[in-house]
Parts: sequence; C-alpha cells; structure tokens
Amino acid sequence: MIVAQRKPFAEIAQSVSGFNRVLVAGCGTCVAVCLIGGEKEAGILASQLDMGAQIKGDECTFAVACVERQCDREFLDELAPQVAEHEAVLSLACGAGISFLAERFSDTPVLAGVNTSFIGINDDVGVWGERCRSCRDCLLSLTGGICPQALCPKGMLNGPCGGASEGKCEADPLKDCAWALIWERLENTGRLSNLEPIVAARDHADNLPGAQVHPAYERRYSAHE
Amino acid sequence: MAQKYEPKIVALICTYCTYTAADMAGSMRLQYAPNVLVVKLLCTGKVDVIYLLEIFRAGADAVMVSGCEVGDCHFLEGNLRAKERVAHAQALLDEAGLGGGRLEMFHIGASDAPQWAEAVKMMTRRALEMGPNPLRAQRPLAEAAALEEPRA
Repeated sequence: MIVAQRKPFAEIAQSVSGFNRVLVAGCGTCVAVCLIGGEKEAGILASQLDMGAQIKGDECTFAVACVERQCDREFLDELAPQVAEHEAVLSLACGAGISFLAERFSDTPVLAGVNTSFIGINDDVGVWGERCRSCRDCLLSLTGGICPQALCPKGMLNGPCGGASEGKCEADPLKDCAWALIWERLENTGRLSNLEPIVAARDHADNLPGAQVHPAYERRYSAHE
Repeated sequence: MAQKYEPKIVALICTYCTYTAADMAGSMRLQYAPNVLVVKLLCTGKVDVIYLLEIFRAGADAVMVSGCEVGDCHFLEGNLRAKERVAHAQALLDEAGLGGGRLEMFHIGASDAPQWAEAVKMMTRRALEMGPNPLRAQRPLAEAAALEEPRA
C-alpha cells in the first residue's frame, strides 16, 4: 500500500490561512490503514486546525469528509456537494489522490496535508517499511523477493557496492545491506545462479508519466484513438 | 464585573481503579477542588485522541485521564494505550497552540484515594496557572450552551 506522513502542522496551517471554509478530505484506503489520512485522522486534523484558528482569532471553519478512495472518479463524485460549499479542500490522500481531486475539482484550490512516503508494508503495529520503488521493471524473481532498488540506497543492480561491511549498509550501519540479504536468501533456497546474468543498467530516459490500459479494456480505448 | 475564573476539568477515569479511588475519597471525606467533572469509562483504553481534542473544543480548561497502575489494567494494556494516546494528544495540543500541559495522564489504583485527591488538586493548580481555555472565549455563547446541556 501507499504510506504517507502528515505534513508539519505549521505548514498545513500556513497553507489553509486565507480561506474561510475549508473541507478536510480523508481517504479511506491506504492512508487510512497507515493511520495518517483516514476519516479519524481528518477529524483530528480539523479539530486541531479549528483550535489553532480560534486561538489566532481567525474566522476559518473546518468540515470533515472522507471517501473510500480519492484515486477513483466514482468516489470523488460523492464529494462534489461538499466541495461546492467550501473555498478550499485540504486532502489527506496520497499524491495520486490529491492530484486527482485537484483535477476533478479544478476550480477549487486543493491543498496537500500529507507527504507521500513510499509503497510499503506493515512491519508491526504503527510501523511501515518501504518495499517497492515502482520502477516498472521488477527484479524480484531474480533477487529472492528482496528489492535492491527499494532497499539499497544506491539502487545497485548487480551485487553490493564496496561500502558494505559485515552485512551492513555504509549509508546506515544499523540497516542490513540489501545485497547481503539477497545473497543469504538465494543461498538458502539454492538459487545463487540467479545472480550470474548481468542486469542491464536502467533506462532513466523512460521517465514519462505512467499510464496503462488493462488488456481486457484495450479494444474499448483503442476505438477512441 | 468579570467572573472569577473557576477551571473546568474533565476527568476520564477507569471504573476498575481510579473511579473506585474517587469513590473512596468521598467515603473518606477527603477534600479536593470541586472543579472536576468525572466521566467513568470501562477502561482508559477507550480514550481516543479525537475525544481529548473535542473535550477541549467544548471548552474544558484541563483534562485528566486516569487509569490503573502500570501492569494492573483489567484489560491488560488499556492504560498503556491511553498513556501513548495522551502523549500524542499533548503534542497535537502544543502544535495547535493550546498547550499540552492542559492534558495529563495518571495511574491511580483503586485503593489510592489520597492520590486521586492530590491529582485533582494538582491539575486544578495547573489549570489556574495556565488560565482559561482560550477556545471557550471564542465560541459563540449559543453554541457553548448547547454543548453544556446535559443529555437526556
């Protein structure tokens, strides 16, 4: 899932200053699971912003809404009546949700309440870890399910750099070297030969915004081209 | 003439420990400030950050959360969860400018009536030092009155 962090309160308060009616819009999927941008967190932030505004003597009022997903048009449509009644929307969705909300309601200023961190997993209660960089060229079959793009600060594709020491990373000696983990897992499962072919350097020229159509829908959308 | 400031303190307390201590404080005729409004909970693990913030928005000058002593929770770790949530809410109150000091977590066992009386006195002193909740002054009177009406 997508993991995010709430922006510092001062930054959020600054971004909403100047608006008198602000809708705090939560998203009920990834950011709700990572306890940053769901309905409850939207309520907490609205409550906090209301306190801050009252203490400063600002007239601003804050309402709360939450949809299942801000990255789906059908769910965004549910917000339309509330958006129409507010001067600005403060979204707690991931970057995709915020930008889609801004696209759907392009006449209304849309503000970001979170910083999107990564695609990750739930390590423990309240703890999330990055596992995927969304690089569009997955190596996990070769690397024993451990991603060198996400877990190695240098994104090494063909083995560790010279800085790894005793299985630890030189960028953060408290963390395991991704390539030490990859080697260990492949050795344990008898797949070290996976590492023999050289993986070609990534094509960073392919940096255009991603877009894709599911094969089952190709005929539908090719008709419009 | 301006009214003398009498702090309004809301106490969210656990029925298994602090509530019993507060009850015993009454039986023992212990004297403490009358500023506290007690809300009995089955466990302080029920306390959520949003409850705490909304109590302040409704005009409370200070909020106490009091659960069982560490290791004694009837539901094993409700008091520890409450402690973490109170610490988080204190940080949020600081950010909002209200002051996290208006909120405090206590651990008071069922037999610790004097400790309950002392905790209330301490929070009352703190609420007096910090002054009235600035949100109460901002809230329109009609809205504030509606919040103070007892529920049927």
